[in-house]
Amino acid sequence: MSNFFTSSLGKKLMMSLAGLFLCVFLVVHLGINLLLLRSDGGEWFRIGVEFMTTNILIKIMEIFLFGGFLLHIIYGVILQIQSWLARPTRYAVTHNSQTSFFSKYMIHTGAVVFIFLALHFVNFYFVKLGWTEAPTGDKVVEGSHDFYNMAINLFSTKAYAWIYIVFMVFLSFHLQHAFQSAFQTMGINHKKYTPIIKAIGTIYAIAVPAGFAGIPIYYLFFY
Amino acid sequence: MDFTLKIWRQENAQAKGKFVTYKISKISEDCSFLEMLDQLNEQLVDKFDHPVCFDHDCREGICGMCSLYINGRPHGNDQGITTCQLHMRKFKDGDTIVIEPWRAKAFPLIKDLVVDRVAFDKIIQEGGYVSVNTGGVPDGNAIPISKEKSDLAMDAAQCIGCGACVATCKNASAMLFVSAKVSQLALLPQGKLEAKKRVENMVSKMDELGFGSCTNTGACEAECPKEIKISNIARLFREYYVSTVS
Repeated sequence: MSNFFTSSLGKKLMMSLAGLFLCVFLVVHLGINLLLLRSDGGEWFRIGVEFMTTNILIKIMEIFLFGGFLLHIIYGVILQIQSWLARPTRYAVTHNSQTSFFSKYMIHTGAVVFIFLALHFVNFYFVKLGWTEAPTGDKVVEGSHDFYNMAINLFSTKAYAWIYIVFMVFLSFHLQHAFQSAFQTMGINHKKYTPIIKAIGTIYAIAVPAGFAGIPIYYLFFY
Repeated sequence: MDFTLKIWRQENAQAKGKFVTYKISKISEDCSFLEMLDQLNEQLVDKFDHPVCFDHDCREGICGMCSLYINGRPHGNDQGITTCQLHMRKFKDGDTIVIEPWRAKAFPLIKDLVVDRVAFDKIIQEGGYVSVNTGGVPDGNAIPISKEKSDLAMDAAQCIGCGACVATCKNASAMLFVSAKVSQLALLPQGKLEAKKRVENMVSKMDELGFGSCTNTGACEAECPKEIKISNIARLFREYYVSTVS
């Protein structure tokens, strides 16, 4: 057991479990975000935010969530550095092997998602903690800087909305490989069920980022 | 057929290597890739030049000695074959062919296209065997094994340890090799007895030797001359997890 967490297989398992946990979180997050599309002046969205920020179970899960992010990122970076060190001399002719496109760029798409995460924290979470100023957008919404006003401000800012959409494309690329890869790392590979897992992974990787991106698209074109 | 060959030449592990270009002509399309290199070497020797060093032995795809990273693919541009089984008809007349050695920290270069793959032997020594006690030979049918299990074990046992999986993996990971060697025994009753120790020791040695980690890209499966499946890697993960908690 002592070697488990230092072995490459142990690190991979921790990374994949953390990744799948983050996948569940994304669905919950998307559920709350989609409430922004209701034309009720943010009533339901505010209820959702209130629940997410005050419920004791959610507060506990928040600790696990940060742990999950840290675990996934730190192990991801460590494993990638070890893999780069495993081939000190590169090939002159790059790989022509048939592999899935997205699997080759996980560290790169992961890095882009990380940048988005940092931006997201500055724009929302740090504001809540009082560390950063609330964002101001093209369409200034009067009232206190609650999450609804902050979200409306940002999504109605053209530059931010487009950046957000581009980041969601990268998140989709990351998830395309991530979802099914996590199951393989957990040791789940089955003639019948693996194609189903891959199909669910593809649907998830398209639907979830598309759901997130749909909100700025709504504010860009239909608001 | 005529070819331009760009071959990696390096005197030894410490020396600085470089690509050297050779022209070779009148090569039969039925010639194997290694026979083509033999002809090049004969020409080099005739000119009192050093022949190109490359690994080879059985030349029928079963020993795992030949290697070569040809135009960005281990064992060249064909499926399920080793370099010795690659024919020149797979190339076009006038092609430029770039030939490189396997590149991995765990496979240090010895000379030209020859790398030291003793790392694989070290992993095998950690548990890629079953201990046989002395005594009479047991009856072949005494231990029932399902056809499905024996087929899977035989599929895994096809691994010839050539190192193409490491060569093609973007992480230089040896997971396909280790998973095949663990699977061929883990699937059979005879291998169960030492399963825990085997998987722990082999994985630990693999990490120690400086192979990269598996990111499930599937490049190894695509390039394996014996078409070993990555379902074996999932089995390796399972074996490792079970050994950790048991």
